Amino acid sequence: MFVDLFHFNYTLGVVMSGAFILGISSGLLSSFAVLRQQSLLGDVISHAAFPGITLAFLWMMAKDPLGLFLGAIISGWLGTLFVHAIVRYTSLTHDAAFGIVLSVFFGLGIVLLSYIQQTPSSEKAGLNSFLFGSASTILFQDLITMGVFCLIIIIFIILFWKEFKLLAFDPNFMNSLGFPVVKLDILLTMLLVMAIVLGLQMVGVVLMSAMMIAPAAAARQWTSHLGFTVLLSGFFGLLAGVIGTLFSNYIPHLSTGPMIVVVVSLFVIVSLLFAPHRGLIWNWIQTYYYRSNIRANSMLMNMLLFSETQTDPYHCHQLSALSAIGRGPALRAMHELKRQQFVRNPEGDLWGFTKRGYQKAQRLQATLFKDDHGY
Amino acid sequence: MKDLLDDECSVIVQDLTVAYKEKPVLWDIDLKIPKGVLLAIVGPNGAGKTTLLRSIMGLIKPAAGNVSIFGQSIKKQKNTIGYMPQRGSVDWDFPTDALDVVMMGRYGHLGWFRRPTKADKKLALDALDRVGMLDFSDRQLNQLSGGQQQRVFLARALVQDADLYFMDEPFVGVDAVTEQAIIGLLKELRNQSKTVVVVHHDLQTLSDYFDWVSLLNVRQIAYGPVKDVLTNENLRTTYGGRRAFLMANQPFVD
Repeated sequence: MFVDLFHFNYTLGVVMSGAFILGISSGLLSSFAVLRQQSLLGDVISHAAFPGITLAFLWMMAKDPLGLFLGAIISGWLGTLFVHAIVRYTSLTHDAAFGIVLSVFFGLGIVLLSYIQQTPSSEKAGLNSFLFGSASTILFQDLITMGVFCLIIIIFIILFWKEFKLLAFDPNFMNSLGFPVVKLDILLTMLLVMAIVLGLQMVGVVLMSAMMIAPAAAARQWTSHLGFTVLLSGFFGLLAGVIGTLFSNYIPHLSTGPMIVVVVSLFVIVSLLFAPHRGLIWNWIQTYYYRSNIRANSMLMNMLLFSETQTDPYHCHQLSALSAIGRGPALRAMHELKRQQFVRNPEGDLWGFTKRGYQKAQRLQATLFKDDHGY
Repeated sequence: MKDLLDDECSVIVQDLTVAYKEKPVLWDIDLKIPKGVLLAIVGPNGAGKTTLLRSIMGLIKPAAGNVSIFGQSIKKQKNTIGYMPQRGSVDWDFPTDALDVVMMGRYGHLGWFRRPTKADKKLALDALDRVGMLDFSDRQLNQLSGGQQQRVFLARALVQDADLYFMDEPFVGVDAVTEQAIIGLLKELRNQSKTVVVVHHDLQTLSDYFDWVSLLNVRQIAYGPVKDVLTNENLRTTYGGRRAFLMANQPFVD
């Protein structure tokens, strides 16, 4: 189907490839940004890149993609330097520094944009698309630039895999090993800037930060292995790109960039809810399961305690005598135990062990408080 | 205390001063650490213990002074030192397992771009075995208890196969069993004539655990073998206003 579409509709093919490239590169790098607790840095960089785009346009008076990319990269990079400088040399904290740099740079970009719109240049039309993103302005030329950046990002992640892993987990220790942590940090941030800049035209300055957080946030839910997290994050990114493009192609009046962001946000919601081990619903079910298990066990232990006062361990007792927890939960626990044939309920409110249940209670008593600590 | 010759020392610190902005954190520290001792750096909160450790390792740039490791600058000795940072300095929800973290101790020996080999993996598993964590090698980090995390960090330091170890509060937040296991390993390292420098908090265990001690409170108050240094007067100078508390808790002072 994909190949078919590519042949029938050249524009859709170009847009789809753009979304693919953008998704995979932002997905791959977002995992490092999120794991290094720098999620918001993506937002700062994308906004800080905007004045670079307008300045580059003013410089060239043309929309040469490579020129605009370079302008955006330099200005996005300057933004992160400013953040570092503010945190280091003033008493302001990271969040304040993020806010200042983001708004100052973005404001400057908007001022320059309004200036450009008063100039007679015929090419100025497309610049607006950098604000909210516009897939239809993507040209084959842009694809080549994006593809080259994406390739650079992938090569560097493979090459510096071990180094980036340690940088993300324990930069302190890495420093003690003699690795140049600051330089590696610069390299990784540089790649982050590249990933953001290559998505700006399609997704826009405002929404690009979602692409730098969402794929990783979703991927982290499904795996606890760094390699899988990064790969899955890249996969979620490209999948969102492709699905978003298809949606906006078949449903009129939906623009591509925002659609991609909506799709990737859906991935996050689904992952937060349904992922095994870390998902909310998984947790609820597990908590419910553990709790009812513990209640059942505690009922068995209570019955064992009572049985020790009787000559016949299978003697029946009233539920109110047996339970220290509320009657409702106790009754539920007893019915569950009865279903598993650990207890019997010969009449009304009387409950007693079955043979199976008596053995189970004795086993429990022997093992319940043994811990499984290494030693 | 007899004077140490330079080549009997693993670390020589001369006139070390470290400052954050205008406030000195460490003032004019002199330290000669002999080879093959277990040394504790002790002092109140804010005394500069961690800063001293990190400046010796070259992770903090001093305002003045000189550090040499086995007679050379730290830059040339990165692979002869091992480091166990504070447990709280990393995010334990990071997506990886215990073995992978221990393997990071080999990265310095591997150098750029090279991936860990089977031999590195074997070393890492051996180290996990030594700290009693072999059964937990494929356990996710967020499923480890505090004491287990501490032991993973110790195993990572062990695979560095160093001659000189720096450990930042290895006993914080671990139970008595783990504490005994850790100190047992540190003594084992010392008996292999390696030098172990530990930031420590507990005065009660000082003379049981350590050979040498540096009493620190921005300045170095006293330094030497534990039995020579651990006097009432030295402790009073180190801990200042809190001496009343110390007096009540000192079964070991002469």
